Amino acid sequence: MYRYNDFDTAFLAERNAQFRAQVARRIDGSLTEDEFRPLRLMNGLYLQLHAYMLRVAIPYGTLRSAQMRQLAMIADKWDKGYGHFTTRQNIQYNWPKLPDVPDILDALAEVELHAIQTSGNTIRNVTADHFAGAAADEIADPRPVAELLRQWSTDHPEFQFLPRKFKFAVTGSPNDRAVTRAHDIGVRMIRNAAGEPGYEVLVGGGLGRTPMIGKVIRDFLPKEDLLPYMEAIVSVYNTLGRRDNKYKARIKITVHENGIDTMREKVEARFAEIRPLFTGVDQQMLAGIEAQFAPPAFRNAPVTAYDEARKADPVFRAWADTNLALHRAEGYAIVTVSLKKHGDTPGDATSDQMRLLADLAEKYGHDELRISHEQNVILPHVHRSDLPAIHAALKAADLATANVGLISDIIACPGMDYCALATARSIPVAQEIAQRFEDLKLEHDIGPLKLKISGCINACGHHHVGHIGILGLDRAGVENYQITLGGDGTEEASLGERTGPGFAYDEITDAIERIVRAYLDLREDEDETFLMAYRRVGADPFKAALYPEDKAAKKEKAEAHA
Amino acid sequence: MPRTFTPKVVTANALLEGDVVYLTEDDRWTRNLSEAELITDEAIAEVRLLDASRRQSEIVGAYLVDMVAGDNGPEPTHFREDFRRTGPSNYFHGKQVEDLSRT
Repeated sequence: MYRYNDFDTAFLAERNAQFRAQVARRIDGSLTEDEFRPLRLMNGLYLQLHAYMLRVAIPYGTLRSAQMRQLAMIADKWDKGYGHFTTRQNIQYNWPKLPDVPDILDALAEVELHAIQTSGNTIRNVTADHFAGAAADEIADPRPVAELLRQWSTDHPEFQFLPRKFKFAVTGSPNDRAVTRAHDIGVRMIRNAAGEPGYEVLVGGGLGRTPMIGKVIRDFLPKEDLLPYMEAIVSVYNTLGRRDNKYKARIKITVHENGIDTMREKVEARFAEIRPLFTGVDQQMLAGIEAQFAPPAFRNAPVTAYDEARKADPVFRAWADTNLALHRAEGYAIVTVSLKKHGDTPGDATSDQMRLLADLAEKYGHDELRISHEQNVILPHVHRSDLPAIHAALKAADLATANVGLISDIIACPGMDYCALATARSIPVAQEIAQRFEDLKLEHDIGPLKLKISGCINACGHHHVGHIGILGLDRAGVENYQITLGGDGTEEASLGERTGPGFAYDEITDAIERIVRAYLDLREDEDETFLMAYRRVGADPFKAALYPEDKAAKKEKAEAHA
Repeated sequence: MPRTFTPKVVTANALLEGDVVYLTEDDRWTRNLSEAELITDEAIAEVRLLDASRRQSEIVGAYLVDMVAGDNGPEPTHFREDFRRTGPSNYFHGKQVEDLSRT
């Protein structure tokens, strides 16, 4: 993993000292809120519905156990003993008090973490495949690239006041777990016909009020051209992107309005200008970063303990079947620890749970943890013989829910329980749906199904790319939930389609159950997932299940005309 | 006929704690909605907001919010304000557990 050098440490100390002084000046009245607001946002501090909220960046979702312990310490000392992991692989504290924030930032700096550029019209936390460096299907570890982008974009003088926020995602695997097609820039590590490593570059994807799938701007970018090409894209966007209307300011609109070909021409022209300025120092730095991401020393050991536990313990087997993924090293597995216990808040972990995860990572997992954009925690490198002990420890901490990839593994934004922008609640909807399918004991029969909930049109809950998406709105002063079907965030990305009128807060769980029952009735066999079935039959059978009255009314009308 | 004016309360978030506060008739900031001043005159509401907004060392983001008179002081007309005066629905945190008597 990347460790800070003297430059990083000094930079962060200086920024934290500056912000400490800014907070002091706000409190003593020398700064107005209008003056202070952009300063606090640059440091990840929002003011939400009930309190301040501090968003801490977890670069490409990678943490060491010491960092996780410090996050737990902060939750206990300055918050309410828990943290919320987000769809950008960050952690949010929901209850910090303004005078404490400088101390929190100093505590984060002790473990090489910060909250810089987690807000504002800047390049945000660079996300990556949460199975990076571990997945069996990976071409290359995306994290060195993500780290290079992080260093380049942090405090980049040209890109501190972009037209709007800007999000990067990087994947090193053909199976896209990083939703690269729904990002301002998606970087996919590939090899060309000659076997040389490089990148496919996607631009102009995004969710929010105008969802767009990213378009390929360069199908093969040589490895050494990465930074100048990224700089060219952001620089073109910086001049071409709209500043007259914040709803039209994201690069997806710039690409949409100007067309991908015009965008490509401008980017290539800018690239030709700036390419000579990159003398190769960036590639030297990348090589240094890559060395820091060398894989751990995997051990060769029998997996008998794992095989025996599978045979002996059905609970362990169910968990192993659902929560493990294929590792590149023999005898190893990737463990996804679900933060989606039925009825609990998606993505929340208590300080005790964080400490346990840190302990497990230290003892069994080469000291590594990941946060996924799906709001779970991952132990990326675990030898299979250690899995029974890990499962037992997780069970004792309420962390052994066997539901990864199933309908109760819901992405949900904080919604109106916390967020000042929300138009409806998300969390209680997620809680109720998860509990419903647990009570029905149905989710393992249903199989892979991604349900994602956003509490407003900004789509932090990625509802557009949920197989089932739910969007909470305010309709004439009442919470109302629209459903979309058929979204997909993978390499075959597609946007969900709206089914029709929304549902009331107390109707939405029943509506979801009707959709799922319709799927169970119409699927060809158990191997046909919800998404496959939707792609085969389209929306109509699901609409019929959702709106039985419409169907009855239409039938009546048809009969009357017969 | 002139349009009817929905009564208002001045609300904001406290500068230091960030929690929800309401303006009282005697110009205090209270955590407790039932103590808030319900303003029934539009012109007065605007002046109250202007004056409240100048108290930058105490609060952030003052605004006028629709309320109606209830048995126990002002009552929200919209669910967002109902959450603001209560706290989140997933945990027993925020106003629903805190001592609202502190001002």
